[in-house]
Amino acid sequence: MIGLNHFLVLGSVLFAISVLGIFLNRRNIIVLLMAIELMLLAVNINFIAFSHFLNDTAGQIFVFFILTVAAAESAIGLAILVVLFRVRRTINVDDLDSLKG
Amino acid sequence: MEFSAVVFYFFAAILLIAGVRVITARNPVHAALALVLAFFTAAGLWVLLEAEFLAITLVLVYVGAVMVLFLFVVMMLDINIEQMRQNFWDYLPIAALVAGLMVVQMILVLGGETFGLTAPEAKPADYSNTKELGRLLYTDYVYPFELAAVILLVAIVAAIALTLRRRQGLKWVDPAEQVKVKREGRIRMVNLKPQKPEAKPEEDA
Repeated sequence: MIGLNHFLVLGSVLFAISVLGIFLNRRNIIVLLMAIELMLLAVNINFIAFSHFLNDTAGQIFVFFILTVAAAESAIGLAILVVLFRVRRTINVDDLDSLKG
Repeated sequence: MEFSAVVFYFFAAILLIAGVRVITARNPVHAALALVLAFFTAAGLWVLLEAEFLAITLVLVYVGAVMVLFLFVVMMLDINIEQMRQNFWDYLPIAALVAGLMVVQMILVLGGETFGLTAPEAKPADYSNTKELGRLLYTDYVYPFELAAVILLVAIVAAIALTLRRRQGLKWVDPAEQVKVKREGRIRMVNLKPQKPEAKPEEDA
């Protein structure tokens, strides 16, 4: 019998995979954005699992808004990326050090 | 093992493999395609959890729009993959430590925990998840819903404003100027006396 804990563990493993991805792909902004999308997906799986097992639709409303905001975020992020590439001819995070941070 | 358990483990395995492919793929295009697979399988899991509307939304919005945008951008940019992949595995020990600790902690906390919740009994056949979500969105959550619409509008405007390039030397007329044109600005009345055209010289006699 598949219970709530199966889905929660699946979500946490997926979240950990994307944390690993952020460490590994520290140079490539595009894959970083993809790892963030994967994190949001893991969070959404948790929301939907709780929504199902609590028999409460509010969790699905939350997922709806998360999807909206995530779509807006990736659209703006990719637009910034395109402008960045146009100006600097690179998206390597190591080369983006003009702020000396 | 019952059918839903088989479906769950099948989809969960594909989802995790696709997730690993997203973060380890050498080519960003392959990473984007693995992410598409991850979204599809997640949509399958959401159907298993009776969230049909969101499952379809995930496929339509994410696979159909966001991932296509990702693919566009990946293919548009000329990326030096080799340079990006230098020392790729350097941080693997600490990253694996952090991620492994997170998973172990989560499993310790959540592994056997169901919060006293069991699967609710199946909904009646005429229950519509989409209808229920729509009813909630347009009553209890109507202000957040409108805010979400504004956020999407801001995203559209921001994305276009960021990437719009004004081209030089375009032949372009301001429509306002065109509308404001009066008759006097375009034609001039000339008073010409009627005159007889000169007789043509005869070409050959």
